[in-house]
Amino acid sequence: MASKLTTSNRAGWGFALPGFGLIAVFIVLPFFFAFYFSLTNQRLISPNPTEYVGLDNYRSLLGLAVITLEPERDDAGQILRDADGAIEYPRVRTITRSDDFPQYRGMREWFRWHSGDTARVVIASDVVFMKALVNTFLFVLVVAPVQAGLALCLALLINQRLRGINIYRTIYFMPVVVSIVVVSLLWRFIYDGNDGLLNNLLSALSFGAFEGRDWLGDPSTALGSIMAMSIWQAVGFHMVIWLSGLQTISPTLYEAADIEGANRWQTFRYVTWPGLRNTAVLILIVITMQCFALFAQIDVMTNGGPLDSTQTLVFQAVERGYGRQDISGGSAISVILFLIVLSISLVQRWLTRGR
Amino acid sequence: MATVRLRNLRKSFGAVEVIKGVDIDIEDGEFVVFVGPSGCGKSTLLRMIAGLEDITSGTLEIDGVTVNDLAPKDRGIAMVFQTYAIFPHMTVRENVAFGLTIAGAPRAEKERKVAEAARILQMEHLLDRHPSQLSGGQRQRVAIGRAIVRDPKVFLFDEPLSNLDAALRMDMRMEIGKLHQNLGASMIYVTHDQVEAMTLADKIVVLKDGEVMQTGTPMELYHNPANLFVAGFLGAPSMNFIKVEVGSVGPGQATVRTPALDPIDVPTGGRSFKGGDKAILAVRPQYLTPTAPDAGMLHGTVALTERLGAETVIDVTLRDGGSIIAAIAEDRVLKPGTEIGLSFDAAKAHLFADEALHTEPH
Repeated sequence: MASKLTTSNRAGWGFALPGFGLIAVFIVLPFFFAFYFSLTNQRLISPNPTEYVGLDNYRSLLGLAVITLEPERDDAGQILRDADGAIEYPRVRTITRSDDFPQYRGMREWFRWHSGDTARVVIASDVVFMKALVNTFLFVLVVAPVQAGLALCLALLINQRLRGINIYRTIYFMPVVVSIVVVSLLWRFIYDGNDGLLNNLLSALSFGAFEGRDWLGDPSTALGSIMAMSIWQAVGFHMVIWLSGLQTISPTLYEAADIEGANRWQTFRYVTWPGLRNTAVLILIVITMQCFALFAQIDVMTNGGPLDSTQTLVFQAVERGYGRQDISGGSAISVILFLIVLSISLVQRWLTRGR
Repeated sequence: MATVRLRNLRKSFGAVEVIKGVDIDIEDGEFVVFVGPSGCGKSTLLRMIAGLEDITSGTLEIDGVTVNDLAPKDRGIAMVFQTYAIFPHMTVRENVAFGLTIAGAPRAEKERKVAEAARILQMEHLLDRHPSQLSGGQRQRVAIGRAIVRDPKVFLFDEPLSNLDAALRMDMRMEIGKLHQNLGASMIYVTHDQVEAMTLADKIVVLKDGEVMQTGTPMELYHNPANLFVAGFLGAPSMNFIKVEVGSVGPGQATVRTPALDPIDVPTGGRSFKGGDKAILAVRPQYLTPTAPDAGMLHGTVALTERLGAETVIDVTLRDGGSIIAAIAEDRVLKPGTEIGLSFDAAKAHLFADEALHTEPH
């Protein structure tokens, strides 16, 4: 084996070298650089020498605490209420800026909930990062199952011997070949709040009852809109992978099931789905990874806005590393993302392990 | 258990007709083998009976009911495929019970029937294994088990032994034969292997190009082939065909000759010939007996000898340049180049009209 790889194959290695070189320079090396930079205070351009800072970058990203706020009371011990009747609480900054609580210094409120009269406030050293983290997970949790499921449905539909079926295959696959940047730009027009295609369509379908909204400008719809577009864009790719899985299932198995009297659902349940097991594992892992890497759509369509409602981890990493020249902060986010994806993939592999 | 009747059954794929009007009667409990070369339509015919292919025209009756338009599951058939078609993710038990699971049968019934099938096929010890842990023969046994559990009126076998190696094939062949004896069910078996056909069948249907060439018991077909195709298809080594010229014709027999063949009277088998016709004389290699060079009816030199121990197959080049195979039922040393004569019992020879010879490999 060794001799085959080294001695007898010099030309082969020669041909492979440019590819290996590029991969090494642009993928392998940066990967390790990210680990290194995340432990320093490296900036993109800086006159100061780089210093080792240990896990400071991670602390400033992941710092989380819960503080309890008692309601403000008047001298008689009565709870103070504002004009709307809502209970008044001391401001969070009285704690985060207080010298009495050095551990909370610099942290800001992320969200709060009430138990009885007391309010519990979750404060984070980096609220934007936390929002990005949550958005990313939300994106994965919605897009991965919906996209995989939809792709499977499409694959089942186009896995038939019908005249002109290739036209449908082409149509479904087309968005995959178009650059995501172009797709994002087009969908910005579709989602446009003033005269967008979607608003026009909904308004026409509801005979004018739908008043239209700024899909990407509204924090409650922005992330959902991007999810919908992302699902549409990549569903064709996964459809093709499902299709290849479907076509590896022996037609005789379907005939056997037919003779045994299986109906359509039973055929899917006992023949198709078990036969797609390996494909399902692949698709799940691939979609999960792609979802975690959500960036281009955000960059083109919303820039993380409005009100950080579409911040994502990769967008934050790029934003920090190049936007704010904070290479070390961006690297730390990348490393965190890597660890998240790695552990999820390992969990998925363990859950879907073969018997 | 049931009868199966095929009446003028036809099948076309587009403009191409692959089954050209087939009539076959299969009696209750009969083991019928469809045999023929690749592409003769035997598998298509079986799939039409199973309901996996539409019937273009004609009628198919199972147990007296026309089933042309019934779904496979409603025809009362079970099928065993060449590639086994057992579900890889299920245990043997689940595979065998699949039809019952689909039908929602109660657990007790499932267990009883699976145990019964496992007992018949002697595979109780395999029930909890997955197909990947089984050999080819065991897999085919699972497939047969799944068929038994269905308790079908007719068993259909589509070349069930073709994916097995030679030794295993013989074992399984015998097992299928025993299975038929035990169950007494009607079985239709498709194969391209004439040995399987000869050994298993109560009745053989020889097919070629979507048409029935001959139907009958194995021995009928072997001893009285209706045409050149059947004559050449059954028996190994295959029958010798000698181009001859018909001399005088008598009642039920004709005198034929060639430069290498002394004039001989052979039975015409009901076919009519007249003097001067070109014809084909067919003689099984087993019926040829070597004699001294000047004795016998055929004369030539040995071109090749194959010694198989119990049998010796010799290839003889005749004086007129033709070639003939003789199978001698003993071990004989015959050096290539030896002058040799061959004699045969004229009553065991067949005379066919000289049409284009059908010599597809089989």
